[in-house]
Amino acid sequence: MSRKRISFRAELPLLVWLVVIWGALWRDFSPGNLVFGALIAVVVARIFYLPPVELSGRFNVLRAIPFAVVFLGKVVAASFQVMYPAIFRGPSVTNAVVAVPLRSHSDLMVTATGHVISLIPGSLIVEVDRSTSTLYIHGLNVRDQSDIAKLRKEVQDTEASLIRIMGTRAEVDALQAEGWPAMRGAGS
Amino acid sequence: MKDIVLIVTAVILSIAAAGAIYRIAVGPSLLDRVLASDVLLAILGAALAIDMAVNRHLNNLVLLVALTLIGFVGSVTVARFVADRRGQVNDS
Amino acid sequence: MTPNATGADAVIDAVTAVLLIVGALMSLGAAIGLLRFPDLMSRMHAATKPQVLGLFLVLAAMGLQMREWWVWPILAVAWIFQLLTVPVSAHMVGRAGYRTKHRHPELLSADELEAVVLRAAGERAAEKAQEADSAMPRNGNGGRNGRNAGADGGPSA
Repeated sequence: MSRKRISFRAELPLLVWLVVIWGALWRDFSPGNLVFGALIAVVVARIFYLPPVELSGRFNVLRAIPFAVVFLGKVVAASFQVMYPAIFRGPSVTNAVVAVPLRSHSDLMVTATGHVISLIPGSLIVEVDRSTSTLYIHGLNVRDQSDIAKLRKEVQDTEASLIRIMGTRAEVDALQAEGWPAMRGAGS
Repeated sequence: MKDIVLIVTAVILSIAAAGAIYRIAVGPSLLDRVLASDVLLAILGAALAIDMAVNRHLNNLVLLVALTLIGFVGSVTVARFVADRRGQVNDS
Repeated sequence: MTPNATGADAVIDAVTAVLLIVGALMSLGAAIGLLRFPDLMSRMHAATKPQVLGLFLVLAAMGLQMREWWVWPILAVAWIFQLLTVPVSAHMVGRAGYRTKHRHPELLSADELEAVVLRAAGERAAEKAQEADSAMPRNGNGGRNGRNAGADGGPSA
């Protein structure tokens, strides 16, 4: 077999998630059902092999909870921020496509940042350049350079907090060396 | 109380659905229509959830989970298809 | 909902009613955005974002009404799936829209992707020109007019 062995530790988040879905769909969280679900999760993960998501192996819960709260707040703000131009500005809205270089080059981090960015105020991923890990973001109601700078700072702040939650050691150290929260310039 | 909530949400969702259907009918491009049908699906999901919340039953819960789970497949497929076809036209 | 509710039930019912109506208004906001925005990209913002909050509010109302703890994980799973799938479809539609020239440049105050796309297209044109030059050395400016040959040679996704 030429498959790369996945360590149990790397697979654990996936298995836990599968068990939660199993319990949720059966609407039954009794221990017996959960154990059976765990068995099925292991079998499924073994038979239907997919390349593992490369987790960094660390997850900072203390930083994740405030991030989740802030994220929820931003989702609420996002909805109203989109509704405001929809109702009052309408056809005369002005947008921009902004290139934002990210620090991290790991697929997981780029994906996570992209997801969060897509869900928070007025931004949407148009294109991803994996080789330079640059996101091209379509911003709603972006009129001038100061708005563009704000959008870029927002994205890089988001990435910084995601790195703090689940980035690798090296990425966190790089962030520290930069003197976070001072942001890196927008230069390429 | 129950009736008022049902009527108000039904009116709001009907107007929203009418808007989405109008966009599906008018929408200048295929992607606009796909987007609008996505919104229509979300409105349907909201209607299912509101019915379950007001009448306190869980009959449609699995349907709702399935909607959120695979609702995006359609628009992704169409988006991929549109991008591919246009790419070939440009290359030729 | 409980008919003729009193005490805590009445409070929960009132909160539920507010959540449901605001959640429905989110759908209406999405529809208004769909109708009023001028181009595909802006419509995408309207179509994706209010839905996430709208579903969250409506699911929260359901959770409040059921009063059984095992409902909450199911609702959480439904919402998390929504969070995971909405950006995917939004990105795919947006990407297809940008590549097929559905964007309206006059509505953009800045477009930093266009330069990259044009550069990539230019490089491809230059390569073609070079090949043409090496194939036909006598032909001085062979293939130089391939500058706008397809703008979908942008960064690979």
